[in-house]
Amino acid sequence: MIEARALHKRFGNIAAVKDVSFTSRDGEITGLLGANGAGKSTCLRMIYGVIAPDSGHASIDGVDVHGETSIARARLGVLPHATGLYGNLTARENIRYFGALQGLDQGRITSRCDELSRSLEMQGFMDRRVKGFSQGQRIKVALARALVHEPQNLVLDEPTNGLDVMAIRNLREMLQRLRGQGRCILFSSHVMQEVAALCDRVVIIGGGQLLADDTPEAIRERTGSASLELAFLQVLGHNADVH
Amino acid sequence: MRALWIVFTKEFVENLRDRRTLISALLFGPLFGPLLFGAMVTRMLNQNTFEADQPLQLTISGSELAPGLTQFLKSHDVALKVAAMTEASAKAAVRSGQAPVVLIVPQEYPERFTAGSPAPVLVVADSADSQQRKNADRARALLANYSGAIAQQRLQVRGINPLLAMPVAVNDVDVATPTGRAVAILGFMTYFVLFALLMGGLYLAIDSTAGERERGSLEALLSLPVRRSALVGGKILATCAYMCLSLAISLSAFVVVFRFVPLERLGMSTNLGPLTALTLFAVCLPFVPLGAALMTFVASFTRTYREAQTYLTSVLLIPTLPIAFASIYSLKTKSSLMLIPSLSQHLLMTSILKAEPISGLDVLVSAGASLGLALVLAVLTARHWRRETMLL
Repeated sequence: MIEARALHKRFGNIAAVKDVSFTSRDGEITGLLGANGAGKSTCLRMIYGVIAPDSGHASIDGVDVHGETSIARARLGVLPHATGLYGNLTARENIRYFGALQGLDQGRITSRCDELSRSLEMQGFMDRRVKGFSQGQRIKVALARALVHEPQNLVLDEPTNGLDVMAIRNLREMLQRLRGQGRCILFSSHVMQEVAALCDRVVIIGGGQLLADDTPEAIRERTGSASLELAFLQVLGHNADVH
Repeated sequence: MRALWIVFTKEFVENLRDRRTLISALLFGPLFGPLLFGAMVTRMLNQNTFEADQPLQLTISGSELAPGLTQFLKSHDVALKVAAMTEASAKAAVRSGQAPVVLIVPQEYPERFTAGSPAPVLVVADSADSQQRKNADRARALLANYSGAIAQQRLQVRGINPLLAMPVAVNDVDVATPTGRAVAILGFMTYFVLFALLMGGLYLAIDSTAGERERGSLEALLSLPVRRSALVGGKILATCAYMCLSLAISLSAFVVVFRFVPLERLGMSTNLGPLTALTLFAVCLPFVPLGAALMTFVASFTRTYREAQTYLTSVLLIPTLPIAFASIYSLKTKSSLMLIPSLSQHLLMTSILKAEPISGLDVLVSAGASLGLALVLAVLTARHWRRETMLL
C-alpha cells in the first residue's frame, strides 16, 4: 500500500505539488492522471524517495519513505520516467545488477531472472547487449529490473511512453497479472484511454493540486460525463474556474 | 561494503566492454607520453652528437696568402674547400646556402702578419641560422686558438714568458653527474606519467556520473535501497582500478622506450629498470585515488558527457601547475613541499630517477597528503549525491 499525505513541494518560487493526499491499495491499479507539468513526476519522486517533500509524508506499507528510506525502498519497485539502461551490459546483467543492489543472493537472482524472462517473454534477447534494443524491449528490461526483488508495491512513471500498440497491450496484461497477485500498482499517465482501461482508481492532479480521487465510474457519474475523457476535461475545467 | 563491491564490479565490466574508451584509456593515454618522449629525446641527442662528430665545413679564399693558418686548420680536422671569392660573392654564397661558412684572407694579410700587427681575416656566416652560427662559432674558436699559439711563439722569441700574457686561467667545473644531466632532459617525463594516470580513469569517471545522468539510468539507481556513499565509493574505486592499469602500462612503456633511447652517447645514464619502475609506481599510487575522486567530484556536477569532458580536460592540466612552478623556481625536494599532491610525486619521481636517496618521511607525507585530500573529495562527492539536485 502506498500512501501520500499532504505532500508539498516547491522549486524556487513555483509550488510544484500542493497538499496532495491519496492512497493506492493492494490488489488495485491506481492511475495518477494529469496533463504534462501537472506535478505527476514530482509526486512519484517523493513517493520513491529521491526528492524530499517540504511538508507532508509518503509511506510504503506504513513505512515512512523519508524516515526509514532503505526499508521502504526494499518494498518498492520503480520504473522512472527515463528507463535508462546500461547499453554495454546485457538485459540479464542489467537485471542482475539491480537484484544485487537490492540485496538478493546470487541463486535468488538467477531464478528471478529466469522467471521474469519467461513472464515478460524476454527469452530472445535476455543475453544480448541492451544497446540496440527497441523501446518495447527496453521497457521490458526496465520493468524486470523493477520487479527483480518481488516488491509488494510498484510505481511506474508514464510507462507507455514511446510504446507501440502491441507493447502497450503486453504491459497492460503484465500489470493486471501483478494486480491479480495482490500487489499495489501506482502509475502515472496523461493518456485517458490507458487509465480508463486499466485502473481501479483514478487520482487526477492539475496545477500541483489534487482534483479528484475516486473510481472511474464515480468520476464519470459525478461530472455527468459519458466518458472518462470528458470527465477529465471537466475536472480540469473546474480547476481553471478556481484560478 | 557489499553494495560498493557490486557497483565496482559493474562499472569495471561495463567500461571494459567499451572498446573506444578502452583504447583511449589504456593505449593512447599511457603510450602517447613514452613514444613522443622517446622520439623527441632521440632526435635531440642525434642532432647534438651528430654535429660534434662531423668535420667543420669551411670555404677559404686566399689560403695561399696564409699557409700557416691553412695548415693549422687542416691539422684540426677541418674540411677545407679552396675558392677565390670577394666579400660580396662570399656573402651571396652564404645567403644562398652554397657555402655554410666562408673565411676570407685579404691581400694585406701576409704583410701585416710579418710586421707583427693584427692581420685581418673575415668570417662570413649567417647568425640567424642556428646551424651556421654553430659552425661559425667553431671556426672562430679555431682562429682564436691559432692566434693564441702564434702569440705564444712571438713572446717566447722575444724572451718573455708567455704565461705573463695569461693573468687569469679559467677552469670550468661542471657538477652535473651523468644521471643528473639526463634528468634535466627527463624532467617532464613525470608529467607524462601523471597524465597517463589520469587519462586511465577519465572516461569511467565521466560515464559513471554524467553518463549515468545523460542516459537516464541515474534515477532508477538512486531509488534503490543503497547508501549513496556506497554508490560513489564503488564508482571511484572502479576509476582507480583503470588508473592503476594505465599507470602500470605507461611506466612499462617508459622502461622499454629507455632501452632504445641512446642516452649513453651523451655520457648520461638513467636507471629506469623494472625495479625503479615499481618504486615509481608505488610513489604515484596515492595520487590515484586523489585523481579519481577529483574527476568524479567534478563530473558529478555536470549534466552531459560533453560538459563533463570540457571540465575534466582542465582537470587534466591541474597537475602541471605545481610541476611547471617547480621547474621555473627549480625547487629542490623539501619536506614541506611533500604536502602538495602532484608536486610531491614529481619531486619524488625525479629523485628516484636521479638515484638520489629519498626519505621515508617524505614518502609518507606525500602519500598522506594525497590520500587525505582524496578522502575529503570523496566525502564531498557523496554529500553532493545525497542532494536531490542530482536529479533536477
